[in-house]
Amino acid sequence: MAGLATAFGSGAMTNTIGEIEDAKAILVIGSNTTENHPVIGYRIKRAVKKGAKLIVADPRYIELCDYADSYLQLKPGTNIALLNALAHVIIKEGLADEAFIKDRTENFAALKATVEKYTPEYAAEITGVPAEEIVKAARLYAEAEVASIFYTMGITQHTTGTNNVLAVANLAMLTGNMGKPSGGVNPLRGQNNVQGACDMGALPNVFTGYQKVTDDAARAKFAKAWGVELAGKDGLTVTDMLDAAGSKDVRAMYIMGENPYLSDPDSTHVQQCMGSLDFLVVQDMFMTETAEFADVVLPAVSWAEKEGTFVNTERRVQKVNPALKPRGNAKADWQILTQLATKLGFDWEYDCAEDIFKEIAALTPSYAGVTYDRLGVMGIHWPCPDEVHPGTPILHVDKFSRGLGHFSAVEHQDPAEVPDEQYPFILTTGRILYHYHTGTMTRRSEGLKQIHNEELMELNPLDAQALGVEECDTVKVSSRRGSVKSRLKVTDRVPPGVVFMTFHFKETAANILTNSESCPTAKIPELKVCAVNVEKA
Amino acid sequence: MTKVNITLNGQAVQVESGKTVLEAAQAVGIDIPTFCHDPELSKAGACRMCVVEVAGARNLPASCTTPVTEGMVIETESDRVINARKSILKLTWAGHPQDCLTCEKTGSCKLQDYSYRYDVDGSPYKGEVKEIPLDDTNPFFFRDLNKCILCGKCVRKCHEVNGAGAIDFMYRGFGTKVTTAFDDAIEESSCVFCGMCVDICPVGALTPKQGLNQGRAWEADKVLTTCPYCGSGCTFYLHVRDDKIVGVTPNFEGPMDGHLCVKGRFGWDFVDSPDRLKTPLIKKDGEFVEATWEEAMDLIASKFEGVRAQFGADAIAGLSSARTTNEENYLFQKLLRSMGTNNVDHCARL
Repeated sequence: MAGLATAFGSGAMTNTIGEIEDAKAILVIGSNTTENHPVIGYRIKRAVKKGAKLIVADPRYIELCDYADSYLQLKPGTNIALLNALAHVIIKEGLADEAFIKDRTENFAALKATVEKYTPEYAAEITGVPAEEIVKAARLYAEAEVASIFYTMGITQHTTGTNNVLAVANLAMLTGNMGKPSGGVNPLRGQNNVQGACDMGALPNVFTGYQKVTDDAARAKFAKAWGVELAGKDGLTVTDMLDAAGSKDVRAMYIMGENPYLSDPDSTHVQQCMGSLDFLVVQDMFMTETAEFADVVLPAVSWAEKEGTFVNTERRVQKVNPALKPRGNAKADWQILTQLATKLGFDWEYDCAEDIFKEIAALTPSYAGVTYDRLGVMGIHWPCPDEVHPGTPILHVDKFSRGLGHFSAVEHQDPAEVPDEQYPFILTTGRILYHYHTGTMTRRSEGLKQIHNEELMELNPLDAQALGVEECDTVKVSSRRGSVKSRLKVTDRVPPGVVFMTFHFKETAANILTNSESCPTAKIPELKVCAVNVEKA
Repeated sequence: MTKVNITLNGQAVQVESGKTVLEAAQAVGIDIPTFCHDPELSKAGACRMCVVEVAGARNLPASCTTPVTEGMVIETESDRVINARKSILKLTWAGHPQDCLTCEKTGSCKLQDYSYRYDVDGSPYKGEVKEIPLDDTNPFFFRDLNKCILCGKCVRKCHEVNGAGAIDFMYRGFGTKVTTAFDDAIEESSCVFCGMCVDICPVGALTPKQGLNQGRAWEADKVLTTCPYCGSGCTFYLHVRDDKIVGVTPNFEGPMDGHLCVKGRFGWDFVDSPDRLKTPLIKKDGEFVEATWEEAMDLIASKFEGVRAQFGADAIAGLSSARTTNEENYLFQKLLRSMGTNNVDHCARL
């Protein structure tokens, strides 16, 4: 998000899902779309059937590779080298959109100078992708009348995450694929309301609608509306928060609907940090692994028992409606928060979710025109500045949110951990179709459990042969931070030297292994690359 | 776009050229029955239920595949048309089990609905009857191929929308059935259990296992909501009866055109998992003890106030949630910030 905000002035998906199938070329990089965003995967496959050229860049041979005109099997953690090489070819072959660059962007000279050395041959050495495949992909993307890019955590969960995003944004601006239907740069958000949580200011540096806490005017506005004094310094990010708990700088934590013990990197460290807290409150539907550490556990209702709104990955605000009565004494999170705020002496009066939404709209320019009544069946894409505004499906149409699009010159940098003699494999993590995040919900769904209920770490057949292991065998996987046992799926979906695990299964908690080294700007940990050893258990 | 003038059941109508007779009729609210038609799928013209009478034409053309032409005069419910539809229904019933009393599809079955509409009570024809064993091996839906009317919508949905291409027609003539490659179990195929075939099956050939025998379609309240899993934001209807979810149906009018995946379509039963937390818990001597809301809130407020007084507001931190609503995220950051700290984040980074 930090990357797109730098390049364009807004960190959200620029185009909509409905436009996908009319793209003429699609680059999917670091997104296993058909498993993590299945309905978006359907659209991409349909676009291919309608004639779009598909380029897939991923260390694993994911399902979309079957549909790809070009498959770039890069080594984990080498995205910038690949993206810079694509830019290199586009510039060298005269495929750049010079009018767009001149009229709508700045700092092109810096990009041009930096990508000069990223010849396809040079990038091939770093990425392992054949030089001719890079040239082919660059042409497919740049020669298309309109091309879109889709990415997810395969781009962001690296120590170079922000620079990876900047390199993606460079490509789209270089080819003029911004601000038009079926184009753009489209980060697919992984959770039902991760876009909304960001929009609502559940971030250490911004209030709602990305109004900065360091901005005096914004702070004064919220202080007045809320009747409180507000701190003007950025707060801690999730990873820093846990470190601060470990060092006793943070003494009390309130965790609502998250399970960092399984979802955050380096679980052993997370556990130590949470154990150091003087007081922990966890609010959840279930006794999660994190809740076990709590001093107080508050029962929250499920989504089916409450009213509110979610914002999907394409910035579409949609209604959530109550279908069931709250179970037991559980309450909606908003009711619990209101009750606690009142107990703490704050003057909060909300009788229903809509009361809260009205306050949000009043304080958030990009939501100012959104009301429950207007959401209907289709929802509304923000920004929606007033009550007659139809919403904004495509961002940056005539100008970028920041004015001119900004090219950034970024260089390849190795991941924080690279394989060595002791830890010769790269572990990369993600999700599978049948489960979701830490499995709190999906592992309590009978059908999903029946179809898939254990970790099956992916290992290349050549590696399996060398290690003397077979499909379904149990192996011990170790990193510098710990070890877990996992059963195996022997498959050439992963290249030799790379193994893949999910983080769905607490019995095989992959995040015991992962590295908490983070991107210095976005503070996103490098969950996509760490060095591990694999041995027969 | 050029327009053509046609006459539909005596009514003069202007239609965009290139539209089919079926689309033209639907646009003016005339309901033509169909089994094999779906607006987002290729046109099969297979079931013949949608035949209409066109002045000057020798046969009754299928309205789903017949484009409108200038001056066309169409009757959608003439005697000839109704007789043809009755014949189709009678022929269909010749091989179809007559177990509507217990069939899960009763109330949302097109074969039933059209039989009622055209007063067809079974078949005068004595034909062979299929005896294919009920397939219940996958966790999500039943496949009763004896009830399949071979409309092929599931096949087209699987190929054209999902892309999985797990099923197709196999064998010929009376032996024709819709199945996987080599007639293997569905879970051995490329099926990803999106359930979109189940949702468009017009009869009881494909029915979800969830909600079995828990009420007829008309008995459930249908609540439109947004899926709680990934960020695609599919919307669907929760079917609710006696305060229990008994099923999900897609929102075909919504932004995702009714497309769903296995998690949204079938993965909602965690809601009534026996593991649900139903009361506040306070840890005492390492064990969780049930508490009232009042006790829990008093304890939290006093602890937060104590930490703030002793160590400052920045000794408090909160993780909000990408799983909860906007309203809740808003209140969460408002609460933390009102206490004097910006230490608020959530798992967008994970």
